[in-house]
Amino acid sequence: MAPIVRIENLTKSYASGFQALKGVSLDIEEGEILALLGPNGAGKTTMISIVCGIVTPTSGRVTVAGHDVVRDFRQTREIIGLVPQELTLDAFETVFNTVSFSRGLHGKKPDPALIERILRDLSLWDKKDSMLRQLSGGMRRRVLIAKALSYEPRILFLDEPTAGVDVSLRKEMWQLVERLRATGVTIILTTHYIEEAEEIADRIGVIDKGEILLVEDKAALMQKLGRKKLTVELAEAIEAVPEALAHYNLSLGADGQTLVYDYDASGERTGITGLLAALAEQGLRLKDVATEQSSLEDIFVELVGEAK
Amino acid sequence: MNVEAIKSIYRFEMARTRRTLLQSIVSPVVSTSLYFIVFGAAIGSRVQEVGGVPYGAFIAPGLIMLTLLNQCIGNGAFGIYFPKFTGTIYEILSAPISTVEIVIGYVGAAATKGLIVGTIILATASLFVDITIAHPFIMLLFFVLTAVSFSLFGFMIGIWARDFEQLNLIPMLVIPPLVFLGGSFYSIDMLPPFWQTVSHFNPVLYLVSGFRWSFFEIADVNPALSLAVVVGFLAACLWVTAWIFRTGYKLKN
Repeated sequence: MAPIVRIENLTKSYASGFQALKGVSLDIEEGEILALLGPNGAGKTTMISIVCGIVTPTSGRVTVAGHDVVRDFRQTREIIGLVPQELTLDAFETVFNTVSFSRGLHGKKPDPALIERILRDLSLWDKKDSMLRQLSGGMRRRVLIAKALSYEPRILFLDEPTAGVDVSLRKEMWQLVERLRATGVTIILTTHYIEEAEEIADRIGVIDKGEILLVEDKAALMQKLGRKKLTVELAEAIEAVPEALAHYNLSLGADGQTLVYDYDASGERTGITGLLAALAEQGLRLKDVATEQSSLEDIFVELVGEAK
Repeated sequence: MNVEAIKSIYRFEMARTRRTLLQSIVSPVVSTSLYFIVFGAAIGSRVQEVGGVPYGAFIAPGLIMLTLLNQCIGNGAFGIYFPKFTGTIYEILSAPISTVEIVIGYVGAAATKGLIVGTIILATASLFVDITIAHPFIMLLFFVLTAVSFSLFGFMIGIWARDFEQLNLIPMLVIPPLVFLGGSFYSIDMLPPFWQTVSHFNPVLYLVSGFRWSFFEIADVNPALSLAVVVGFLAACLWVTAWIFRTGYKLKN
């Protein structure tokens, strides 16, 4: 199946000379939830803005459902919903009107019943006649989501949906994303929070300094996370790993005193008991034992650090 | 054509007018009435007639034009400036709408509002003085063309403006002198020859003169030339607007 969003060699340089995107390519599959992780200024918002038509790319090409976002902007923008990072709302409009306005802008006939359902879903119905400036930050965030859902998009961009949002609203957001996914909506969200990506994404992309550093299935990443390392420090240096221990695939440190054992912590049998017994059998004296687990955070920090 | 989007923008803008009814409708009526009282009474008692038309009636078309220009520029500019200012413009830019549709929505609403206020001013004026309209069709043509072209002009100012200072610069500093010196309150025949020549460089002279001709068949310049100037101005505004959207000037990035 062709990807629903295809980004090819996308670059963006601003008039100031700042290069926000340096040749980004990314395929997004229909129905998936993709989390884009990256520090501030990584280029996440610029990339989303180009797909949505708010920013003109310097070079490269983006297609959405097979249509070019610049040339066939009507077809692409009709099916894309965008929830921006900033809480940008008109001050004096009412909740119901502003959500209906968004639906109209996207060329859809008024559908008060649908708007009611969306507002109820987001616990906004009792605020439908309130002026937007009277709403709290969390409410305004929900209004922005309601606006984006009002025209039933097939693809939804959530630009840092949970930035500055309290824990309970964050949980609600995650449930909402889950419900939307069940209806077949493709969701791309950007976030600073690694737990958020872990919690809801199918795939995770890491972007920094205008480049995509990694895009991987969360499952594959989690498997990497599931791996643990057991480091055994020996009291006396050895020259090679004894024959009898060959099947543990140990690696010996350069000093001859550390043995590293790689294992799956989530597996039924980790092999640790056997290994330790075997080490004792070989007459090796242990000075210290340590285990460590690589987290998504480590991977992220490592990737972003390397890029610097 | 995304008709729903045009309707949405238009309705949104008209709703804004309803919310600010006092400032939108009542205030121009009050200020026009003051003009009638002050100019009509003070000057009208000295200048009895201009070109065979009583002074009070003579200034009515100019006053309608003054209000129309102010309203259209103000609404056109504010309508697009405000979303830029608050950031809600993202929604317009990411919606499946073309330039033409955005312009029809915003400019259509600004022009409609200008025409409503202009009509109210005309009705107000007829309370003070007798007004006859010699060429209703031509009058309507000037009325609508002026409303549309100056709403478009306002729209461009709204896109160009970086802050409220710039937003108000042209409506407050450029338009009033042009209107006051454009023969709204006098016939340029009354001026010394040098200032008559200078007045011919003022585009508003052509508007007011043509508009007045449609009422009383008196004009400072040929009505056909007036019409040509209005159409030319409209064409220029359309061209600049098209350029703005083609290049994304001050809208994108």
